[in-house]
Amino acid sequence: MSFPWAKPYEPTHPLMKWMDEKLPIPRLVYNATGPGYPVPRNLNYFWNFGVLAGAALMIQIITGIVLAMHYAANASVAFNSVEHIMRDVNAGWFIRYAHMNGASMFFIVVYLHIFRGLYYGSYKAPREMVWLLGVVIFLLMMATAFMGYVLPWGQMSFWGAQVITGFFSAIPIVGEPVREWLLGGFVPDNATLNRFFSLHYLLPFVILGVIILHIWALHIPGSSNPTGIEVKDEQDTVPFHPYYTAKDGFGVGVFLLIFVALTFFSPNTLGHADNYIPANSLSTPAHIVPEWYFLPFYAILKAFTFNFLWIDAKLWGVIAMFASIALLFFLPWLDSSPIKSSNYRPLYRIFFWILVADVLLLGFCGMQPAEQPYVILSQLGAIYYFAHFLVILPIVSRIERPLPMPNSITEAVLAKHATDTASASATA
Amino acid sequence: MASESELNAGIEDGVRRRDFINIAAVSFAGVGAVAVVVPLLNQMNPSADVLALSTTEIDISAIQPGQAIKTSWRKQPVFVRNLVAKEIAEAKAVPLGDLRDPETIDQRTKPGKENWLITLGVCTHLGCVPLGAAEGENKGDFGGYFCPCHGSHYDTAARIRKGPAPKNLVVPPYEFNSDTVVTIG
Repeated sequence: MSFPWAKPYEPTHPLMKWMDEKLPIPRLVYNATGPGYPVPRNLNYFWNFGVLAGAALMIQIITGIVLAMHYAANASVAFNSVEHIMRDVNAGWFIRYAHMNGASMFFIVVYLHIFRGLYYGSYKAPREMVWLLGVVIFLLMMATAFMGYVLPWGQMSFWGAQVITGFFSAIPIVGEPVREWLLGGFVPDNATLNRFFSLHYLLPFVILGVIILHIWALHIPGSSNPTGIEVKDEQDTVPFHPYYTAKDGFGVGVFLLIFVALTFFSPNTLGHADNYIPANSLSTPAHIVPEWYFLPFYAILKAFTFNFLWIDAKLWGVIAMFASIALLFFLPWLDSSPIKSSNYRPLYRIFFWILVADVLLLGFCGMQPAEQPYVILSQLGAIYYFAHFLVILPIVSRIERPLPMPNSITEAVLAKHATDTASASATA
Repeated sequence: MASESELNAGIEDGVRRRDFINIAAVSFAGVGAVAVVVPLLNQMNPSADVLALSTTEIDISAIQPGQAIKTSWRKQPVFVRNLVAKEIAEAKAVPLGDLRDPETIDQRTKPGKENWLITLGVCTHLGCVPLGAAEGENKGDFGGYFCPCHGSHYDTAARIRKGPAPKNLVVPPYEFNSDTVVTIG
């Protein structure tokens, strides 16, 4: 599962030798994130985001376990128990704000990780399984984040639960029973809150399990790199430790700086004031929106305001929203170009940036009320989103003429080094 | 290893005894596993105490014509509206063919009590509470209810007219106990 020139694990200390025979965990670590794992020498900072996502998950698990020591998952006291954490528990405000903003940081990092994959073609053979497991992790994250948002039992919690479980009622015939089954009642109530708490505690560990599979699948071919050219020999790689432990360590430092700045100076910017009002099943807030990380998908849901063919608007919205994520499972086969990196794909690169703009537009529309011009903008945005994957990508990958590529990672690195020194001496 | 003759012992109709035992045992274990899944899934359905909240009695004597109140049944909001003659006439004037979910106002009210429009206050799109029951709230383009979440408009018979909702506001099962008391559920 590694290159032939990987440094072998050779314990010298008798204790480590003894350990290696009984339970070779040090060997596993050495060969996965130590000197025994050769990695392309040219990874840029966009390759930090996998480690950053792992760090964000660990922060969520640790703060979450602590919060569960003070939180009470009962509809009559849940809201007050969160206020108790904020006001009475020692450092409770810090731990809760860290958990709240940690979720946002996790999504920011994961979105950058996903778009890195889209730009550099990380989803292509031989790494399709890495990508598929990544999409599974993304879906699990969305489920976990949604259920976590319900726990404070504020107005947004309650109505978010009502609207999102309402998606299932769009399914013909069995929809309403399925929704009642999910809620354990006719509206979100104590039964709902309790089960969401149980699952919100469980799913992060499921995510952790799938991350292990994600990394396992990654370590079979090894990491991709900004040129998209596969590793050919030893000079294309450097050992993971100390080179990328250092580079990732620096990235984690920057990540934590931004994270604490958000947590300490602006902890409620990404939240909604309505969630500091206790849940009221008889009154919907005037303007309900999901958390920012769901906005592009929410805009796709809202884009369907009319019945089309034999399917009603509501079911269309729900199908389109789920399809917009499910589509990612097919990406490795929708893009047939053998060139991975957009650096050598002049045409795809343009459409990549249009897709980024389109997702930002959808995110903006998701925030707006259901009125013009936002409805038509979300409709256009949604059409483009699907067109990108289903029409543009398959065509572009067939007609595109890639730029000339270097023969190896080392050649690319040395060529860049040569031009850099040339321009440096020219300016000097 | 068992010899060929042992394996073939008890062979009847071409079925070997050991294959039969194997398939029967694994199938039975499968049936057992499925039987255990049933209670594990069924526990998530509404519990007995939740189902027990299924009837509510309401006094409608104080609701003036043109007014509406918001009450609750099974923890869901319920709108009780005392329609004025103009609103009933408006609802009757709409051809059924124009409706997404065709129902007449007579089908949505009780005979002789067609001024009393009793519906759930739950938008059939994604379950928000529509506006229009309280004084001064936006009643939408058709004078009934308006859901602010995703922009569904309901008419004076609480029928869906515009926006993403697929169905009319649901009329819950209810009976008039007297002229002023209604039991929902």
